[in-house]
Amino acid sequence: MTQTAELLRIDGLTKAYPGVVANDNVGFSVAPGKVHALLGENGAGKSTLVKMIYGLVRPDSGTMHLRGAPYAPATPNAARAAGVAMVFQHFSLFNALDVAENIALGMENPPPRRTLSARIREVSHEYGLPLDPTRQVGELSAGERQRIEIIRCLLQDPKLLIMDEPTSVLTPQEVEILFRTLRQLAAEGTAILYISHKLEEIRDLCDGATILRLGKVVANCNPREKSARELAELMVGQTLHTPSRDARDAGAQVLSVQGLSLPAAHAFGTALKDIALNLCAGEVLGIGGVAGNGQDELLSALSGEMVTTPGAITLNGAPIGDKGPNARRALGLLTAPEERLGHAAAPDMSLTENAMLTGAQRKNLVHNGFLNWRAARQFAEDIIKKFDVRTPGPGNAARALSGGNLQKFVIGREILQHPGVLVVNQPTWGVDASAAAAIRQALLDLADQGAAVIVISQDLDELMEISDRFCAMNEGTLSPARPAQGLSVEDIGLMLGGAHDMEVAHVGG
Amino acid sequence: MNLGAIDPVLLIASLMVASTPIILAALGELVVEKSGVLNLGVEGMMITGAICGFAVAVETGSPVLGFVLAAVGGAVMALIFGILTQYLLSNQVATGLALTLFGLGISAMIGQGYRGIKPPATPKLDMGPLSDLPVVGRILFSHDWMVYFALALVAAVWAFLKFTRGGLILRAVGESHDAAHALGYKVVRIRLAAIAFGGACAGMGGAYISLVRVPQWTDGMTAGAGWIALAIVVFSSWRAGRVLLGAYLFGGITVLQLNLQAAGVPVPVEILSMSPFVITIIVLVIMSATQRGAAVAPAMLGRIFHASS
Repeated sequence: MTQTAELLRIDGLTKAYPGVVANDNVGFSVAPGKVHALLGENGAGKSTLVKMIYGLVRPDSGTMHLRGAPYAPATPNAARAAGVAMVFQHFSLFNALDVAENIALGMENPPPRRTLSARIREVSHEYGLPLDPTRQVGELSAGERQRIEIIRCLLQDPKLLIMDEPTSVLTPQEVEILFRTLRQLAAEGTAILYISHKLEEIRDLCDGATILRLGKVVANCNPREKSARELAELMVGQTLHTPSRDARDAGAQVLSVQGLSLPAAHAFGTALKDIALNLCAGEVLGIGGVAGNGQDELLSALSGEMVTTPGAITLNGAPIGDKGPNARRALGLLTAPEERLGHAAAPDMSLTENAMLTGAQRKNLVHNGFLNWRAARQFAEDIIKKFDVRTPGPGNAARALSGGNLQKFVIGREILQHPGVLVVNQPTWGVDASAAAAIRQALLDLADQGAAVIVISQDLDELMEISDRFCAMNEGTLSPARPAQGLSVEDIGLMLGGAHDMEVAHVGG
Repeated sequence: MNLGAIDPVLLIASLMVASTPIILAALGELVVEKSGVLNLGVEGMMITGAICGFAVAVETGSPVLGFVLAAVGGAVMALIFGILTQYLLSNQVATGLALTLFGLGISAMIGQGYRGIKPPATPKLDMGPLSDLPVVGRILFSHDWMVYFALALVAAVWAFLKFTRGGLILRAVGESHDAAHALGYKVVRIRLAAIAFGGACAGMGGAYISLVRVPQWTDGMTAGAGWIALAIVVFSSWRAGRVLLGAYLFGGITVLQLNLQAAGVPVPVEILSMSPFVITIIVLVIMSATQRGAAVAPAMLGRIFHASS
């Protein structure tokens, strides 16, 4: 390919927040028709950087040029007017509004509703991302929601498209189709700034990459010339440790779920339909699936937050379906939910208090109705020490910990209570690579000691790495478990429900 | 007991008058809640509007000027709430309750010299021959202009929320302030505008009580109308048309029980007096229980927004 003029050029961009420099003298450039990756761990400053490009945050110093002209958008409206569009990681969508209304909200001068609906149908068909403009967003899957964001951008004919972690909620087939759409856009001359920490994706899609660590650019490279491991080590700044495990035989069956059905807990929730699974001692069962397909509901059913008929769930042969969380904890079934702040931990309470909250029973922290704070603090200190939680001490509030450290604390708190069965949901979501590796290793060690572990996750690589058996959740149903060894990405994608109704782009690329 | 003395035509006509303050206040609160803000100070803004309107109308002799200043007074009260909750991020429930107490107090203070005075009359709108129609003329075409203004406002708010871009943006802010902020909408400014509109409507509703419905000034004369307006917003599932329905229900029962009292029905007066509140609340509970009311509430209702997140 010939060298084309730069579309966007960034020099010396710096942005500091109290106590942390989010971006320190960052510079790179993107050419039209190229896909450029921004690579880095959580907290490396990727989001702050793109927010500055999109006019949501003002840089402290540094300059940006768009097509050679100085560019300093004060608002997202100014950025959109200059031809910059963005697809957000946490979707900027409104659940109670319909698709057309959502798209109109992201446009400067939306046409009348009827014209807009026709345009949505036309463009979405052209790029193989079918959308019905009259559907309410709350009813749509994560993949469909992302289509809304993409179509919203495409309707404004952007010169630069920013995509913040677009594939974290998609099935492999949906990722494939998204990439085809992006390549088609690049071929039409749109520059794409692609943010991700998934290395294989970046090697597959991107022409150039800028790697950020702690707010600084540590490398500019062509990702196709580097191995995924080299990229990961640039990103993390240290050698990575891959979790390992010994081969072992499955033990006796400990947990059995038969015919578990539950209605949706809220308007936009998912109902569980006839779930069945068996779990043996010493085994790790991986449950994959795109978010919002019933994972949260399954976790609440297993933890006892939602009760069912007694026989639907049996633990060591005893029916526990109608028992609450404390009764299940007493019997050895522990859980760690996905939402760290607010569900797994109380944000404004100290680590000692949080340790007390789930450990009171199994660690004997309560005597005659009085709390034994000394023992609770000891328990919290144990967790901090054994799981390498970086914090000044157990008196710190849970909110003050970084995502990775709090996650290590939450998982460690359950593991140190010696569970017979441990259910974790998204154990490494939003956690940096080294903490994620430590958490996976801890889960494997727990299984080696004879506990049964269920890991619910959207990260398929993670599930393949640690699971003995794998099953998939799709729209509230659970597929039969299959041995994880030998499963291909295509097999998994099909188990996850395939590409739903996505289709391949229609215009020639 | 003399039920024959109750004239159904007069009953319906006075129902429209009795409902007007609640329609205005509830409509304003509807817009505020659609933007994701819960202002529990409706009662305080109403009573402030009632005394502002009364005082201005008495001093100038112009009821129209009274209503205008009542709207201004209500909006100023609402903006106190707005600045506290939107800029200083105070808790909306506590601030709203404080606003009600503050409004009751300050209105009693302003109202010191206005007790026992009669305000200038708000004239009936001259509808020409329409007012002379039998039955319909007396029910529909023999009111003062505020009654028609309130009805027009119901239609205007409905159309604004459903058909205009401004209405769409307002609903979007109430649905997800973070997403609206990410798209570049000024969440705080939009909410302040909605809060001020809500205060102006409540103020006019209050003035309608002191200038037309009663008409005189007594301390605490709104007597819970603001609270009923709040309840009606929920009962209406945040829809303008149903606000009208709810307000007519409450107004209708109020007028009916007054007539029943006058007719000497052998039911204790206390029970008759509380019946509008009890019946409206029972209907509210039944309606929201059958249609999963929580799902239609604006998702950000009462949540604090700060651009840092």
